[in-house]
Amino acid sequence: MLKYILIPLLPFFGFLIAGLFGKYLKERAATVAVGGVLGAFVFAVSAFIDVANGTIIDENFYSWILIGNLSVNVGFQIDQLTAVMLMVVTFLSTLIHIYSIGYMHGDKGFSRFFAYLELFTFFMLVLVMGNNFLVMFVGWEGVGLCSYLLIGFWYEKKSAADAGVKAFVTNRVGDFGFVLGMMLIFTTFGTLDFTDVFAQATPQLAAQNIDLLGIEVGIVTLICLLLFVGATGKSAQIPLYVWLPDAMEGPTPVSALIHAATMVTAGVFMVARCAPLFSLSHTAMNVVAVTGAVTALFAATIGLVQNDIKRVIAYSTISQLGYMFLGLGVGAFSAGIFHLTTHAFFKGLLFLASGSVIHALSGEQDMRKMGSLRRKIKITYAVFLIGSLALAGIFPFAGFFSKDEILWSVYNAGSLGRSLWMVGLTGAFMTAFYSFRLIYLTFFGKSRMDHDVEHHVHESPPVMTVPLMILAFFSITIGFIGMPLIPHANLFANFLAPVFPHVQHGGTDHGLEIGLMIFSVLVAATGIVMAYVWYVRDTRIPDKLAEKFSGVYTLLLNKYRVDELYNYLFVDGLVHKLAGVLHRIGDVKIVDGAVNGVARLIGQASERGRKMQTGFVQEYAFIMGLGLVVLIGMYYVVK
Amino acid sequence: MIPLSWYVLLSAALFTIGVVGVLTRRNVFIILMSIELMLNAANINLVAFSHYLQNLTGQIFVIFVITVAAAEAAVALALIILLARNRGTVYVDEFNIMKG
Amino acid sequence: MLELIPNQLGFPLLSLMIFVPLAGAVILLAVRDARAARWIALLFSIAEIGLSVPLLANFDGSIAHMQFGESLPWIKDWHINYRIGVDGISVLFVGLTALLTTISIMVSWTAIQDRVREFMIAVLFLEAGMIGVFVALDLFLFYIFWEAMLIPMYLLIGVWGGPNRLYAAIKFFLYTLVGSVLMLVAILAVYFSAGGTFDVLALMNHPFGHTFQMWAFAAFFAAFAVKVPMFPFHTWLPDAHVEAPTAGSIILAGILIKMGAYGFLRFSLPFFPSAAISWTPAIMTLSVVAIIYGAYMAFAQTDFKKLIAYSSVSHMGFVTLGIFALNSQGVEGGLLQMINHGVSTGALFLAVGVIYERTHTRMIADYGGIAAKVPVYAAYLLIITLSSIGLPGTNGFVGEFTILLGAFQYKAVYAVIASLGIILGAGYMLWLYQRVAFGTVTNPHNEHLQDMNLREIAAALPLLVLVFGVGLYPNAAFQVMHASTENLIKHVQAKAALAPVAAQAANALLGQ
Repeated sequence: MLKYILIPLLPFFGFLIAGLFGKYLKERAATVAVGGVLGAFVFAVSAFIDVANGTIIDENFYSWILIGNLSVNVGFQIDQLTAVMLMVVTFLSTLIHIYSIGYMHGDKGFSRFFAYLELFTFFMLVLVMGNNFLVMFVGWEGVGLCSYLLIGFWYEKKSAADAGVKAFVTNRVGDFGFVLGMMLIFTTFGTLDFTDVFAQATPQLAAQNIDLLGIEVGIVTLICLLLFVGATGKSAQIPLYVWLPDAMEGPTPVSALIHAATMVTAGVFMVARCAPLFSLSHTAMNVVAVTGAVTALFAATIGLVQNDIKRVIAYSTISQLGYMFLGLGVGAFSAGIFHLTTHAFFKGLLFLASGSVIHALSGEQDMRKMGSLRRKIKITYAVFLIGSLALAGIFPFAGFFSKDEILWSVYNAGSLGRSLWMVGLTGAFMTAFYSFRLIYLTFFGKSRMDHDVEHHVHESPPVMTVPLMILAFFSITIGFIGMPLIPHANLFANFLAPVFPHVQHGGTDHGLEIGLMIFSVLVAATGIVMAYVWYVRDTRIPDKLAEKFSGVYTLLLNKYRVDELYNYLFVDGLVHKLAGVLHRIGDVKIVDGAVNGVARLIGQASERGRKMQTGFVQEYAFIMGLGLVVLIGMYYVVK
Repeated sequence: MIPLSWYVLLSAALFTIGVVGVLTRRNVFIILMSIELMLNAANINLVAFSHYLQNLTGQIFVIFVITVAAAEAAVALALIILLARNRGTVYVDEFNIMKG
Repeated sequence: MLELIPNQLGFPLLSLMIFVPLAGAVILLAVRDARAARWIALLFSIAEIGLSVPLLANFDGSIAHMQFGESLPWIKDWHINYRIGVDGISVLFVGLTALLTTISIMVSWTAIQDRVREFMIAVLFLEAGMIGVFVALDLFLFYIFWEAMLIPMYLLIGVWGGPNRLYAAIKFFLYTLVGSVLMLVAILAVYFSAGGTFDVLALMNHPFGHTFQMWAFAAFFAAFAVKVPMFPFHTWLPDAHVEAPTAGSIILAGILIKMGAYGFLRFSLPFFPSAAISWTPAIMTLSVVAIIYGAYMAFAQTDFKKLIAYSSVSHMGFVTLGIFALNSQGVEGGLLQMINHGVSTGALFLAVGVIYERTHTRMIADYGGIAAKVPVYAAYLLIITLSSIGLPGTNGFVGEFTILLGAFQYKAVYAVIASLGIILGAGYMLWLYQRVAFGTVTNPHNEHLQDMNLREIAAALPLLVLVFGVGLYPNAAFQVMHASTENLIKHVQAKAALAPVAAQAANALLGQ
C-alpha cells in the first residue's frame, strides 16, 4: 500500500524540504525536487503495471469529515484512468523539473520555484488519485493555488501578479459550479465517493427532475452542467478561458507543465471521471461537445494573429482542450483522454522549445523580433518542428492519431455531430496554419532581431535540450498506442475500456474513415502550405490582408475584446464600482447614518436639558423648595 | 403666660429667615449661619411644645440637636477654610466646576 | 433533557479557569515594573492554557450533557446560582480563549509601552469574563459575565487604541449595550414567566408560549446580532477593529464576536425553538446579505484592518447561515467556522500588528513589494490569506463547505448565493495580498523592513498548526460537537413541534 501513498507524498516531501530549507540548499534544492518527482514516477510506473495486471486500488486512509450522514474519507483510487494520468503527470513533471534546472539557473527564487513545482505535482497527483469528489477538489483547488503562485512567480512585475489573481479568481468562478455540483450530488446520492455515486447513476435516476426557478431540469443534467462549469474554469473553455493566455506571465516551464500538459487538463479528466453521470444526460453531453467545438474554433482564430510566441501556443492549448471536450461530449471518452495524453507530450514540448527560443534570445517573446533562427539553434528548431507537426495533426505524429479519433467519433455522432465535425475541421486547418506561421516567423526568413540579442543567440545547455529530445521522441511515437482501423490495435482505448460506459461512437465503415483521415491531413497540409506562402514566400500578403480586413484583424488581435468586456462588466462594474457605491451610500450613509443620527438626536436633546443644570446649589435648593410647596399645595387642593 | 402660638410664630419667622438666607446669600459663612438659624428655629419649636405638653423628651432632643449642630459647624467650617484656601474665595457662585 | 454532570476531577477546573486570570490581575495591581507585568501576565495566560489541557482531555464527546459542572447557591432569595459547566458547543471556545489571550499578550510585548500593567490587567480581566460567558449555566451569572467583559474591551480600545479611539470605543460600548439591555429585559421576562428560575438547563425545557417566544427571541436577537455582528448591526466592528490595539483586535475578532453566535446556540434556539423556526428565513436572508455585503465592503477598503473587519462580517454570515440551517452539517460547520474564523482572523490581525509595529501605517497603499524584503512574513501572510479564502487543506474550507452543504439542504438558493461570497472572498483577499506583498517596493520606509522575529513566530505558530490541523483532521473538532449538536437539533425540532398551531398563526402574521 505504501508505494501508492508515496506517489503524491514524495513530491510533497520535496516541497517541504525545498520550501523550508531553500535558503540553505540554494540550487541543490533542484536535486531534492527532481528526486521527489522521479521517485513518484517510479512508483507510478509500478502502479501502472499493477493496474495493467488487473489490480484496481481503492483505499481509504482516514475519515476526513464525518457529520451526520456526511462521511468523507481521505482516500485514493488507482484505476485505468488514474493510471494513465499518473504516468502523464509524473513523467512530464520529471522532465520539466530537469529542464527547469537549466532554465531557472541563476534566478534568485530558484529554490522557491522548485518548491512550488513540487507542491503542484503533489496536488495534481491528489487530484487524479482522489477516490471521492472532495479529495479531488482538494487537488483541484491546490493546483489552482500553485498555478497562482507560479504565474505570479516574478511578483515584482505587476502584470504577473495580476495574471495570478486573475487565474485564481476565474477558477473560483468555475469552482462555484463544482461546489454546487458536489452539494447536489450529496443531496441526491447521499455520498461523495466515486464508486457509490456511479453505482447509483442509473437511467431511472436520470429521469428524475427537479424544479429550478420554475423550469423542470433533469437532476443528472443539472449535476453534470454544474460540474462542467468547474471544468470550463480549470480547462480554460468558453466563457472562462480568459485566464490562460495571461498565465503565460509565469516562467516557461510552468506554462509547459501546468498550463499545457497537466493542470488545464484536469477539467477533461474530471468530466471523463464522471463519465457514468455525463453519459446519462444528452443535454449535458451536447453542452460539453458544443462548448468544446466552439472553443476550439474560437481560440484558433485568435491564435492566427498573435505575435507573442507563448500566447500563440496558449491559444492553441485552449483550442486543443476544446477538441478534448468535443470528444468527451460525443461520448468518445477514451479518445478525449488519448488526445489529452498526446497533447501533454507535444504541447509540453512546444512550450519547452519556445522556452528554449526565449532563453536563446535573452527573454524576447515577440515573434516580430525573431526570424532565421533555424541555423543558430538547430536542436530547438528540430524539436519545435516535430511538435508543430504533431499539433497540426500530420501523419504519423502523435496529434494525428488522437485528433482524428476524435473527429471520426464526432462525425459519427448524428446530425449535430456532422456540424461539429465541420467546426472541428476548420479549427484543424487554422491550427496547422498558425503553428507553422509560428515556425516560419521564428525560424525562417530574415532576422529581425535586435543587434544585441542576435549577438548572444546560443543553443540551450543539455539539461534543457535532453528533455526536449525525449519529448520529441514521444511526440512522434506515442500516437501508435492508439492505432485506429486494425482490430484490437488501439491499446489505449482497450486499456481504458473498463472505466468508461460503452457509448456507440466509432462507425464501422473503414473506407470512409480512411477517406476522412486523408482529407483532414490534406486540410492540415493546406494550412501549412498557406502559412509558407504568406510568411516565407511573399511576406507582404499578411500585411495587405490585415489592412484590407482591418476590422476583423484588430478584433482578433484584441482577442475579441473579451478581456475588456469582462473587466468592464465584472472587475470594474460588478466589483469595484458597486463596492464603492455600496460602501459610500450603504454603509456610511444609511447604516452608520442611522446610528449616528440617533446619537445626534440624543445629544441635541440633552444639550437642552443640560442648560437647566446651572451648578448653583442655591438654585437647586430654591427649586426643591418650590417643588415642595407645589406638592403640598396639590395635596390640599386634591383633598 | 405667653401663648404657644407666639413661640410657633417666632420659630416660623426664624426658619423663614434661615431659608431665605440659604437661598439668597453668596457668602458661605452666612449660608452656614442661616442653616444654624433653621436648626434653632426647630429647637424653639421643640422646647415650646415640650413645655406645653409637659414632656421632657423634646428638650432632651434639643440637646441632641445642639450637639449635632456643633459638630456640623466644626466640620463645615473646616471645609470652608479648605475651600477658601484652595479657591481663594468664600462666595458660592464661584464654586461652579460641577456646571454642565 | 440535559443534565449537569458534576466535576469529577477533584478540583474545580472551570472555576479555576475563571479565577486564575482574575488572580493574575489582582497580583498585577501590586507590580510596578512593566517588564515584570508582561511576564506575570504571560505566565498566568499560559497557566490558563495548561488548565484547558485537562479540560479538553477529560471531556467526553459521546454525551450531550453539561460536564465539569459546579453549582453553588449564590443569591438564594432570587434562586440565583453559581452554575457552570461545558458541553460540546462551548468547550472548544474555552480552549480557544485561553490560546488567543496568550497570543494577544505575546504580540503586545513591545507594541504596548504605555501603562503596561493596566493593559495586562485589562486583558486578564477580559479573559476571565470571556471564559465565564462560555461556561455560565445560570442566566443571571451569564449576564454578569457578558457585561463585565465589555468594560476591559472598552478600555483596551479607548486607552490603547488609535487616534480615533474614543469614537470607536463609545460606539462599541453603546452598540453592544443597547443590545444587552434588551436582552436583560428578556432575561427578566423569561425568569418570571418560567416561575422564577435562571437555570439555563431548566429553561431549555420550559414550554414558553409562541407569542412570548417571538418577543423574547427578538430581544435576545438584539444582543446577539449586534455581537456577531449581523448585517445591518455591523458598523461598530470596522471602527472598533481599526482603532483597537492588535491584542484587542485579536480578542475581539477571535472570541468576542463568537459570543453572539454562541448565544444563539446556547439560549435562543433551545429556549425559543418555535420562534427560532419562524424567524429562520429572515435570519438566513440577513446572513446571506452579510456574506455578500461584507465581501463587497471589503473590496472598497483602503485600510488593512478595515478590510479584515469587513471580511469578518462576511465570514460570520457563514456562521449564522450554518447555525440556522438547523441540520447537523450546518450547525457543526457553523461551530467549526467560528473556531476557524477565530484562528484565521486572529492570525490576520496578528499579521497586521506585526507590520504595523514596524511601519505605523495601516494603509494598504503604503505597502507593496514587501515579499522581497520580509519573506517569512510574506509566507505567513499567504498561508493565512489562503485559510481565509477557504482553500481545501486549510481549516476555512471544511467550515465553509459543511455550512454550504447544510444551507443547501435547508434551501438551495441560500447556498447558491452564499457560494458567490466565496468567489468574492478570493477576490478581495488575493487583491489585498497582491497590494501588500507583490510588486516592487514603492514606499522607501519599507526598504529596510525587519522580518518576523522569534517571539512573533512563536505567537503565530500555534495558529498555523491549527490552520492545517483543523483543515486536515477536522473530525477532532467535530467529534467533540456531535452529541451536543445532535441533541440541540432534536430538542429544537421536538419542542417546536409542540406548538405548531401557534407557529402557523404567527407565520401568517409575519406574512410567510
